[in-house]
Amino acid sequence: MSRELEFLSRKVAHGKLSRRDFLGRASALGVSAAFANTLLSSAAQAAGPMKGGTIKVGIEGGSTTDSLDPATVTNSTGTQVSRLWGEPLLELAPHGGLENKLASEYSASADAKTWTFKIRDGVTFSNGKKVTADDVLATMQRHSDENSKSGALGIMKGIKNMSADGDKFVIELEAANADLPYLMTDYHLMIQPGGGKDDPAAAIGTGPYVIKDAEMGVRVVAEKNPNYWSDLGNADTVEVVVINDDTARMAALQSGQVDMVSRVPPKVAGLVGRAPNITVRSTSGPGHYVFIMHCNTAPFDNNDLRMALKYAINRKELVDKILFGYGSVGNDTPINDSYPLYTEFEQREYDPDKAAFHLKKSGFDGTILLRTSDNSFPGAPDAAALFQQSAKKAGVNIDIKREPNDGYWSEVWNKQPFCTSYWGGRPTQDQMFSTAYLSTADWNDTRFFNKDFDKMLFAARAELDEAKRKQIYAEMGQLVRNEGGLICPMFNDFVDGTTDKVDGWVENHKGFQLMNFYAPMQMWLAG
Amino acid sequence: MGIVTRLVAQRLALGLLLLLAVSVLIFIGTQILPGDVAQSILGQSATPQALANLRRDLGLNEPAITRYFSWLGGVLTGDLGTSLTSGGNILSEISTRLANTLFLAAVAAVIAVPLAIFLGLLAVRYRERWPDKLISAVTLSTISLPEFFIGYVLILLFAVQRQWFPSVATVYPSMSFLARLDAVILPALTLTMVILAHMMRMTRAAILNVMQSAYVETAELKGLSTFQVIWKHAFPNSIAPIVNVVMLNLAYLVVGVVVVEVVFVYPGMGQYLVDHVSKRDVPVVQACGLIFAAVYIGLNMIADIVAILANPRLRHPK
Repeated sequence: MSRELEFLSRKVAHGKLSRRDFLGRASALGVSAAFANTLLSSAAQAAGPMKGGTIKVGIEGGSTTDSLDPATVTNSTGTQVSRLWGEPLLELAPHGGLENKLASEYSASADAKTWTFKIRDGVTFSNGKKVTADDVLATMQRHSDENSKSGALGIMKGIKNMSADGDKFVIELEAANADLPYLMTDYHLMIQPGGGKDDPAAAIGTGPYVIKDAEMGVRVVAEKNPNYWSDLGNADTVEVVVINDDTARMAALQSGQVDMVSRVPPKVAGLVGRAPNITVRSTSGPGHYVFIMHCNTAPFDNNDLRMALKYAINRKELVDKILFGYGSVGNDTPINDSYPLYTEFEQREYDPDKAAFHLKKSGFDGTILLRTSDNSFPGAPDAAALFQQSAKKAGVNIDIKREPNDGYWSEVWNKQPFCTSYWGGRPTQDQMFSTAYLSTADWNDTRFFNKDFDKMLFAARAELDEAKRKQIYAEMGQLVRNEGGLICPMFNDFVDGTTDKVDGWVENHKGFQLMNFYAPMQMWLAG
Repeated sequence: MGIVTRLVAQRLALGLLLLLAVSVLIFIGTQILPGDVAQSILGQSATPQALANLRRDLGLNEPAITRYFSWLGGVLTGDLGTSLTSGGNILSEISTRLANTLFLAAVAAVIAVPLAIFLGLLAVRYRERWPDKLISAVTLSTISLPEFFIGYVLILLFAVQRQWFPSVATVYPSMSFLARLDAVILPALTLTMVILAHMMRMTRAAILNVMQSAYVETAELKGLSTFQVIWKHAFPNSIAPIVNVVMLNLAYLVVGVVVVEVVFVYPGMGQYLVDHVSKRDVPVVQACGLIFAAVYIGLNMIADIVAILANPRLRHPK
């Protein structure tokens, strides 16, 4: 296409032409806006990151009760802030697989029971102390100790012994686990000097930034770590502002008070994205919105009733009306194509006839009580109402009980037999299944007790042959789909927003929102 | 002035007694909140073992009465305890938040109180004529709109469309006074619109009430101008109800602005309290409750005392 356009896009990349003007010229040349945008971002990438300045992030999910202690992080702000000052051993690579952070290499014994991580040489903490395998050991001990309050305690189970040997950190497992390296990417497992045992909230780590000012639930200011070992981190300063209110967050983005925001509400994403200086970024991920039934509680202990409900939900309608298209249709398993060893199944459709058939077979003719709340996922009460309508056409009667947001996670979820909820997903199938579908899992929120499933889970864990693992996971997925208590109508995309003041967005980054929270470090101020 | 001192002392003692009663209510209230502190702190991602560990560490197994008296003892010696969630000292955590709240309240009050009284006087001066009707119509409309709506409209007009003021009113200790003022201008305006009508209407009603009296008629017959009559003769005699309503609104500015704080992302007491309620951080909730109660009772007490001082009949009882 025209040399002129390429020339112009380079001008934008170097800050000599505004993005808006460029798009205007491009459309005058008969180029679609989408193509012009692609051209623009490739020009920006080619121009390379610009250093310096302050990047401001408006983020949803932070509270004054937060702490800088990575062990107690439960929300987006905590995850974002930990990523600034700290680093785990390994991290998810942008497009699948793993990236080495503090572990410069790692290897497993042939039985996948012993894992050795070599600690990167010559890295220092922000307090000047050199990083050693002992620090790593102490960190892992703090998170796996049985008195630990760490959110990572659950994934640190099954460790027989840990040791530090020179520059190597070794984990010995009770049972084989081919996915252990993925567990090391957990956002709680930031390596701290002495494991952070003395002062867990000191925020001293090896990350690309150093925390300068932190008022929890309000704002955190971080400055570039001058001794950072890698080239991550373009802006001199990153400021994270907690803006929980959706409208306030969008206003801050539109008025240019922040350069990027997490969680653009799907309802307004189209409208917000229409502004010339704002780009709405949609990233598919493993997160899903669910209706969960307890397989061991009447009437849900009858698989025909569960199937009736699974056929009675209109998944496409929910994706259109609840996610406004920012997501994809679910298939009653917690796994989608964002998992490395995913196998596609035949899509389960809304089928009132089949639902009626299974309902009749189950012999149940009462009314089913569905509990929901606003915070179980955005739009949950509306989704429940749509489910109620589509089920009614199949002769399945659902009553909806609206529960208060406050206390939903302690009083309703994982306690009541049928309710709405969400899952953020996990990086591997093993983690997702062992977190919520293994018989002994603490959060087996569908009360799914299936011996075959458990056996297959452990077999897959010990299997280092990927093709065979994939086969096992496919069978497990079918079990959950056909016998489990999960109704998974949709996978929600992460929807973020950026202004044209920043550049360097990476599409479809694995992990969480905002490029797995690396956007503030990996992006740069344009022009 | 002996009688006045006694009256004031009486009020103070009553206020303290009331505060004590409130402390009992706050304590009971926080005990009957449903939900579990440990679960709320660790969130959905907590394992039963982590929960048990945390509960033990927080000492949630002691009887309620023991906890009430040790809490009360702490409060009386200026120790509000430590936050369950952050482990920090509550007094030092709260003081920044309280200072922020008082700052916003002060800015809003400095705009709203004189404006409301002036508009009230103006409305009396031109009663039943168009300025009176206009003032009432405008202020009554702004009080009728929910505060988040006013906030969003102001954000849309002054932050998004023309970027005069910031939409995010985040303030922090290292900010200069002017930067702080710039940050809180939109929330302060929102609050002004919310409380204006109440004070304005009360001023108007109180003065109109006095305007019926014989001595006002005398003053008019002496040939004073209408405004002089209102200012010199009517206003001093209607000060008690006006102070009362002003104090009520000031109390509202301190204790009831959580919605405005959320809309403008302002780090005040309201958001702080709500966050801690949802995490079941009982010591912080109790401390906030007590401070709010003290502000409320204190301001009402001031209103009472001013009313006494302004009224010769109360000052010199038979």
